[in-house]
Amino acid sequence: MNRIEQKLQEDKKILSIYFSAGFPNLNDTASIIQELEKNGVDLIEIGLPFSDPLADGPTIQASSTAALQNGMTTQILFDQLKDIRKTVSIPLIIMGYFNPMLQYGVEAFCQKCAEIGIDGLIIPDLPVAVYAEEYKAIFDKYGLINIFLITPQTSDERIRFIDSVSSGFIYMVSSASVTGSSAGFGNVQEDYFKRIANLNLKNPQIVGFGINNAETFNQATQYAKGAIIGSAFIKHLSENGTGKIADFVKSIR
Amino acid sequence: MSYNVDEKGYYGQFGGAYIPEMLYPNVEELRQQYLKIMAEPEFKAEFDQLLKDYVGRPSPLYFAKRLSEKYNTKIYLKREDLNHTGAHKINNTIGQILVAKKLGKKRIIAETGAGQHGVATATVCALMGLECIVYMGEIDIKRQAPNVARMKMLGAEVRAALSGSRTLKDATNEAIRDWINNPVDTHYIIGSAIGPHPYPDMVTRFQSVISEEIKWQLKEKEGRENPDYVVACIGGGSNAAGTFYHFLHEPEVGIVAVEAAGKGVNSGHSAATSKLGKVGIIHGCKTLLMQTPDGQITEPYSISAGLDYPGVGPMHAHLAETGRAEFFSVTDDAAMKAGLDLCKLEGIIPAIESSHALAVLNDKKFKPKDVVVICLSGRGDKDLNTYIDYFKY
Repeated sequence: MNRIEQKLQEDKKILSIYFSAGFPNLNDTASIIQELEKNGVDLIEIGLPFSDPLADGPTIQASSTAALQNGMTTQILFDQLKDIRKTVSIPLIIMGYFNPMLQYGVEAFCQKCAEIGIDGLIIPDLPVAVYAEEYKAIFDKYGLINIFLITPQTSDERIRFIDSVSSGFIYMVSSASVTGSSAGFGNVQEDYFKRIANLNLKNPQIVGFGINNAETFNQATQYAKGAIIGSAFIKHLSENGTGKIADFVKSIR
Repeated sequence: MSYNVDEKGYYGQFGGAYIPEMLYPNVEELRQQYLKIMAEPEFKAEFDQLLKDYVGRPSPLYFAKRLSEKYNTKIYLKREDLNHTGAHKINNTIGQILVAKKLGKKRIIAETGAGQHGVATATVCALMGLECIVYMGEIDIKRQAPNVARMKMLGAEVRAALSGSRTLKDATNEAIRDWINNPVDTHYIIGSAIGPHPYPDMVTRFQSVISEEIKWQLKEKEGRENPDYVVACIGGGSNAAGTFYHFLHEPEVGIVAVEAAGKGVNSGHSAATSKLGKVGIIHGCKTLLMQTPDGQITEPYSISAGLDYPGVGPMHAHLAETGRAEFFSVTDDAAMKAGLDLCKLEGIIPAIESSHALAVLNDKKFKPKDVVVICLSGRGDKDLNTYIDYFKY
């Protein structure tokens, strides 16, 4: 069984943290991952930076740009993660846009992920239908889980379709927005969380976008299996460097 | 071979809809509706009437006598520069605003490079009484100041794109992010033949009025519908798509596409995508784009804001790959000289984008009997500052 599936069977709410690889410094990747695991984070999304991150707000855009300026490349990321499984055992996911993977070669990329011990991928601009038709066989061959997004605008019918082709979990985007919005959750989100919970999907859901503190984490996980924090963690790194990761994780739960 | 889009939204290997799930409902609604809406008789009647009475179509097909003498061939200029708002862009914005109304949208967003598409969008929003927000790169806001003022006068809000190269690519990113943030009431009017399917096909169809008119106008003037060549400049490729559309499957018509070489194709300051691009994903479609070996999209350069784009529409990528179109690239210097040439020979000040198409006359030798139709996609008013700086008038 894949590490993601195993982790999701535990009787607890999942805290997942996203960060952009190569930020704040090029070679922080492994130490950030180790520090997050040490402080009880359940799952980590390693962002592969891209020049044109369409679904991301200003915070993640800026960290991606900084990472690229620091010299981050796909190959360097793989080199940094080469020995990560000697020290880290929680599930690791690479999140990135499709073009850098396409240029590396989708099969070569997946093979490398499997070698390193990456458990899954999140590729926001690779549509479900294209994945199913052209790439699923490759992902399966290397034991990688591909995670899909749903949003408040996704119809029940499409959510059921996405559920049917998913494994691991479904990434539930909390509201109609790019990453990093911090308006908090109101009745609209609550209704949406309830609607999805009532669909009784086969895959658990983890909520992302707009989770930035203990309050929003607790709200989101009232209905879902877990929640993902990205922009708020990157902001913390920008302001404090990598020395106070423990404080950040403790502030969430 | 077909050069049109297939059922799945592809031109050969190019096209598709590589969009985040957040955009799926909007793009899917558009995909299901656009052909149906465009086929409705009342839609067609309103579109045609606005093109005629508001835009001023048909645009003239003008025989450029002195230019023809200079190059010893027969040159016609398709005068899109004489359209209301000064370029071909309004053909598409009229069409899309009518689609947006049919879809019940209240708020319009757009990206713009040279400002022509932004002006054309602000114009139709004023005409229809809809809210309009135009994203424009900070660099372009500076070099196209008159168009920024125009958009504001027309009631649009101009928002600066401050990321990346702060030009057309980044304005497009910001417009897409806006659409993600406003998925219900907003329609995104893409101005070029780019973006996720159905945009390249929809924009092409609205712009295809250009080649539709060329056919009957040439029949009147030359006794035949098909020229020997059609020529257009290409950034994303909307005026080229419209100019080529009705000739794509007429094998006797040569198709000539002209890209911006900037300071030279291999200078590191260029926008010659067909020469420098590789297959990749940009702004929701698979096409040729300029990128690093690592798949990061690179910053293009051209003196012309409208051609300063690192990708090319998927239809054009297919035309380049199959060899159906012949691609040329023209430097800033060659384009500026060709623009000035047209001023002196024909009394027409062209947009710098269109000057690129004209400059191909120096690179490709046409025969004296050839009938060559060049799309003069826009007028040069917006570029006066650039011309003045360049020629030190």
